[in-house]
Order: sequence, then structure tokens, then C-alpha cells
Amino acid sequence: MTLHFKKESFRDDFTFSNSREAIRRFPFPFEKDEYMYSVNIEQHMPGPAKSPFEFPIDIDEHYVAEMHDRALVLKEDPGRCQSLPHMITAEWDLVELLMESMAKHYPEHFQLTRDGDAWHWINRPLGIDQRFTFGDTATLPHPPMEYITRQCQGDFALLDQRLGNLWMDSGMITGQADWSLDFDIGMNFMEWHAPVPLAKDMGVFERALKFLLNLQQGRPVRRLNWTMTINPRLDTSPENYDKWGRDRTTVTPENVGDKVHLRVELQAMWRLPRSNAIVFSIRAYMISMNELVTVPKWARRFHRVLRDVRGELAEYKGLSRYRDTTVAWLARYDDGAPTSPGFAPD
Amino acid sequence: MSGVEIPVRVTEIEQATPTIRRFRLARTDGGTLPPFAAGSHVVVLMPADGRTIRNAYSLVDRAEDGSSYRIGVLRTQESRGGSRFMHENVVVGSELRITMPVNLFPLFLPGRRHLLVAGGIGITPIYAMAEALRRTGADYQIHYAVRGEAHGAFITELRERHGDRLRLYRNDRQEILAMSDILPNQPLGTHLYVCGPAGMIEAVLEEGRAAGWPAENLHSERFQAPPSGNPFSVRLARAGITCEVRCDQSLLEALEAAGVDAPFLCRGGACGQCAVDVCEADGELIHNDHYLTPAERAAGKKIMLCVSRLAGRELVLDL
Ligand SMILES: Cc1cc2nc3c(=O)[nH]c(=O)nc-3n(C[C@H](O)[C@H](O)[C@H](O)COP(=O)(O)OP(=O)(O)OC[C@H]3O[C@@H](n4cnc5c(N)ncnc54)[C@H](O)[C@@H]3O)c2cc1C
Ligand code: HEM
Ligand code: FES
Repeated sequence: MTLHFKKESFRDDFTFSNSREAIRRFPFPFEKDEYMYSVNIEQHMPGPAKSPFEFPIDIDEHYVAEMHDRALVLKEDPGRCQSLPHMITAEWDLVELLMESMAKHYPEHFQLTRDGDAWHWINRPLGIDQRFTFGDTATLPHPPMEYITRQCQGDFALLDQRLGNLWMDSGMITGQADWSLDFDIGMNFMEWHAPVPLAKDMGVFERALKFLLNLQQGRPVRRLNWTMTINPRLDTSPENYDKWGRDRTTVTPENVGDKVHLRVELQAMWRLPRSNAIVFSIRAYMISMNELVTVPKWARRFHRVLRDVRGELAEYKGLSRYRDTTVAWLARYDDGAPTSPGFAPD
Repeated sequence: MSGVEIPVRVTEIEQATPTIRRFRLARTDGGTLPPFAAGSHVVVLMPADGRTIRNAYSLVDRAEDGSSYRIGVLRTQESRGGSRFMHENVVVGSELRITMPVNLFPLFLPGRRHLLVAGGIGITPIYAMAEALRRTGADYQIHYAVRGEAHGAFITELRERHGDRLRLYRNDRQEILAMSDILPNQPLGTHLYVCGPAGMIEAVLEEGRAAGWPAENLHSERFQAPPSGNPFSVRLARAGITCEVRCDQSLLEALEAAGVDAPFLCRGGACGQCAVDVCEADGELIHNDHYLTPAERAAGKKIMLCVSRLAGRELVLDL
């Protein structure tokens, strides 16, 4: 598949936007007119052609711009990429997973040649041609996880499994929705999920952890999560709160369509072979309200979801300041007609 | 439910000791086998006459080029079929199937030092763990108890790779693997891993606890086979199927023989995958697993299909 990569920004002048095709393939996360937390885990099976689920690792028109944004974040704050020493095998596992998947599904853009441990990687969109020895960190310009995740869309966390828990011991987190790797590193599954309201009492995390501890090689799973962002900013980290926190106060009835974005995270989890670690990928997709309402079903449904979502949840996701304004704006696109089940546009 | 299966062919068999054979397994299509983390096992599916035997075997190693795995199989005295099949029916060229590797006995990677303790066939996962530690330059020791030199299937290879990190204890020379010599004076953050006969595992863990080691630093894997018992019948409430569990059959095996695709991973009571809700039981549940908590056992609401049974007439499951 040949992609055309857009030139756009996720900061300052915010030139990010979605093409018509990108809107059609947006992973709209609501299959009903209401939303509540659940153990929404499913097999990460290949989905319909052109959808973000077609391939295990989805590369799209925003690839080059997102990688540029990641480089800018890392330049200001190298701590967004951290890895404890015992995670080195998992880092190499990740190199294999990402390079294999990208090269297999996007051969026009990426190419991998393996001869034993002698690997040759070509990344055409970013102009990279790298020969290295698999397993030998000295042969790459960056440590293995940092090297490959500077070239792959989405944030990544590597979880070590021990003592019947998962530990966030490694990650490349530059486009997160208000959580911090620097804070979470070394924490376990229950600890890093502690700030989430309601879900714990519903037993969501207990069941999800039990499931993940038995995650099998070759059988990845995925789930969708969502939040909202003012302006198409990828880096909404606590570290940078001063830059984006005040954006939330700038929403007016006139600018909702442009400024308010639904942000969906496609989270996929794989068991890694050599390390027995799990990789958790957080691939974020953003869509402005103007773009969203071009799909009438999504407009109706998102209006209802946002209007009715529980207060604790809205507060946790940081929606409270602009929720009413956005719901009022969306109301114009909701004629009250019933919506069909499922995610897809009608 | 049982996951991805890989067809393999036996390419080499070695009589490593009078009772242990080592098998080299390669993909029948000539492709590469997935890398695995030390401590992993696969379930080997054996086409015995009229039924499929499924036994877990730890992975010893993977060829450098990824073309094959090795496993080591002890011929057990009272085999109901699996280990006997591997020893008597499997020849070079035999075709078997294996599942993807699963790891229930992982290394504690951030550990400061690793003490690997093996007895007899328990060396299979320990062999892989030692190799992984050697490759990453970790601090480790191997303590390996065998009947005699002829019984150490792995002794020569281990010596070559690990030199004096290997301590051998030969029963025929009255050399005793005494934990009291090993446990004291280890640095904080040392982890101990033991695999071998059930009695040995219990003793090592007990001594570790008695010496004040935290439970989290003591790791073990039991090569448990589903124990036999009395026959009983099982009814699946949702599927509406009833079948008999013979005395030499596990509940899981009986369901599989009846064509039910029941969930499993380890078939040894360790992973928790085969837990099923109990609707009714007109007898006592015999829990042989290492997974359910004492409270869960007492509640009698769950049973592990792979190793547990009923002492009674009929068990009704939510399946
Ligand atoms: C995670 C895991 C890894 C394993 N790795 C290996 C390995 O690397 N190499 C290897 O040889 N085996 C390994 N095993 C054991 C293996 O899976 C089989 O259980 C073993 O080969 C015996 O199988 P069988 O079919 O011959 O005997 P089975 O008939 O299934 O079992 C017979 C054995 O069970 C014992 N037994 C019978 N009744 C009871 C009872 N009531 N209580 C307790 N024990 C009883 C008998 O003494 C006999 O030893 C592993 C098991 C597990 C769970
Ligand atoms: C092992 C991989 C996972 C990692 C690394 C991870 C990480 C995180 C992090 C960092 C947060 C933000 C917490 C905060 O506010 O600081 C979060 C939120 C959350 N996680 Fe996970 N998670 C994982 C798996 C799961 C799974 C399997 C579920 C299944 C239900 C889940 C459910 C949630 C929910 C419901 C939230 C709140 C999200 C929101 O409302 O925006 N997580 N997760
Ligand atoms: S299959 Fe693992 S506990 Fe039963």
C-alpha cells in the first residue's frame, strides 16, 4: 500500500487534519449510544482492508509528521524514553516485532533483510538505511527500543512479568493523554491504574490482569480507549501541562468544530518471545468535531455519549470545562433518530 | 481455545540416560520456530492409537538458526501413555504437533543473583535458564543432583558452558545437595529456582522459607501429571453433554475425547487457564492444582479441569 505522508504539525500552528480517507477509517470507539468502562479486550485479528485493524501495526498519512513531533519531544525531554537494564531482551523483541510487521505490510516504505544476526533495515519515508547486528546494542545509533520507536507511530510500554503482575519497566511515551512514564516507571499494573475511577470497583483491572498474565505468543489482543483533546496536540503530558492545560479554557461555541478533538487510542498487546515481556502499544487517532460530523451516525452517537457519560469519568478524562459547550454544538447534528449497532458509519 | 499448533518432525533422538531421551523437533515445513524465554514449555500432541495425548515438556534450547527445539523426556514408571509413547513409538521422522511456548517459570530478570537448583529431569527448564543468564552476563550458580554420572544427560554440555558455576551432586557417591550449604550468605536480591521431583521441590522451598527467604524470591515448577483417581461422570450444563471420566483419564482429557474444545495452557495445574465454574457436585472436589487460593478451594465454586477430579458420582459444570 502506498501512502502519501502529510506535512503537518501537532503544536504551535496545529496544521494537523485528516484526509477524507483518514476520516472514513477513523477507529470510532462507540458501538452503542452510551459508554462505560468494561474489560473490552478482543483478539487483535486482521480487520477489514484499509481499516486501522487491517495490519497489526498501522501506519497512516500522519506517520512522518508524528515521528517529527516525537523527535521534538525527546529533544526537550529525553526522559520520555526510559528503560531499566533488565528490559534489554524485550527491547530487541520489540525491534523484531515492529520491523517484521512494518516491512511485511508496507513493503513500498520499509524493508528488512535478515541473514542470521546481520540485519539490514530500510525506512524510505524517514530516509534511513541501517545495517546492524541483532542483539548487539553497539551497532545501533540508539538503544533498540528507542531506535525502532522513533520510527513507529504510537507510544509503547514494555511490561515485565513477574510475581503474578506486570511491571512498567520500559517505554517510549511522547504522545500520552495526561500520564507520565517518569512517574509510572517500575510500577505494577494495579499501581499505575490507581488513578482511574470506577473501574477498580467493577473488577475491571483484576480480570484484565489475569487475562494478560496468560497472554500467549502469536495471539495478540487489543482494546480501544478514548479521551478528548483541545487542539490536535499529541503531547498532552503532565510534564507539559502548562502548555496545554489552559487550552481547555479556550473553547467557545464558535470554535468547537475546529478545536475540540476526539482522541481514540488503539491499544494492542503482544507476548514477546525471548523476554516473556508484554508490549503495550498506544496508537492515538485524533479527529476534529468538524471532521467527525461528516459521518452522521458518529455525530448523533457521540453527542449522546458525551452528554450522558458519568461525571467521575468526564472529570478523570479532563472534559468537564468544555463538555457542555461541545454537547450543545453537537446537538445540532442529532435529530434523535436511532443509530445502528456497531462502530461503522451507515 | 488451545491456540496455535505447529506441526513438527523429530529429527534426532538421543538416549541421554537410561531413562531420559532427548528429542530434536523441527517444523515439518522447514520454517523457523519462534524464539522462547527460558523456563518455557510447549504441549506436545501425540497421535496415539485412537486418541491424542497432550503432555507439557520444557524447552531445553533452540538451534542458533531457529530450525529446531530440544526437549528431554523422562520415561515415568506408571505412565498412562505419554512418556511411554515418546520413548517407544516416536522415531526419527515421526510427526507430532506442539503448541506455542508458554512460560510459567520465568527468570526474575531484575534479580541480583540466581541460584538454579535441579534434580533429575528437572534440569530441562533449568538448562535453558542457565543459558539465558550466561548470555546476559548475570551472576548465577547451578546446583544439579543426579543419580550418577551416567544419569546426567546434560552434564557434559553444562560443564562446557558453565564451568565451575555448575555444582554436581552424585547420589551414587553420597554427595548430598544440602540447602544449608547454599542458602546462607547470599546477597539481598538473590532468587532461587527449583525444578525436580515433588519431594525435592517441597524440601527446598521449605528450607528457603525457614531460612527467612521471602516467598517472592523462591520459584519452582512442578512437572505434575494429572493424577488418577476413581471414575465419575461429568455433565456440561450449557452444552448439554454428559460423559464419563475414567480413572486413568483427567477431566480435561475426558472432555476432549467427547469433542469439547476446553480451555488449557499448561495441563499441569499451574496457569489457571482451565478453571471452570462448578454448578453442582454430589461429592468432594479433589483439587490437585497450584492455582486456586485456599479460600477458592473451600468455596467449591471452581475446578481446574487439567488435574482436579470429583470423588463422587456426578459433577455439573458451567460449560
Ligand atoms: C509445565 C510442565 C513442564 C514439564 N516438563 C517436563 C520435561 O521437561 N520433561 C519431562 O519428562 N516431563 C515434563 N513434564 C511432565 C510431563 O508433562 C508428563 O506429565 C510426564 O511425561 C508423564 O506423562 P505420562 O503421560 O507418561 O504419564 P501420566 O500417566 O500422565 O502420569 C504418570 C505419572 O504421574 C504419577 N502419578 C500417578 N498418580 C499420581 C497421583 N495420584 N499423585 C501424584 N502423581 C501421580 C506417576 O507416578 C507417574 O510418574 C512437565 C509437566 C509440566 C506441567
Ligand atoms: C498492560 C498494559 C496496560 C498499560 C501499560 C496500561 C496503562 C494505563 C495508563 C498509564 C493509564 C492512565 C492512568 C493514569 O491516569 O495515570 C491507563 C488507564 C486506563 N486503563 Fe490501562 N493499561 C494497560 C492495560 C489495560 C487493560 C487490559 C485494560 C482493560 C480493561 C485497561 C483499562 C484502563 C482504563 C479503563 C483506563 C482509564 C482510561 C480513561 O478513562 O481514559 N488498561 N492505562
Ligand atoms: S491448564 Fe493450566 S491450570 Fe489447567
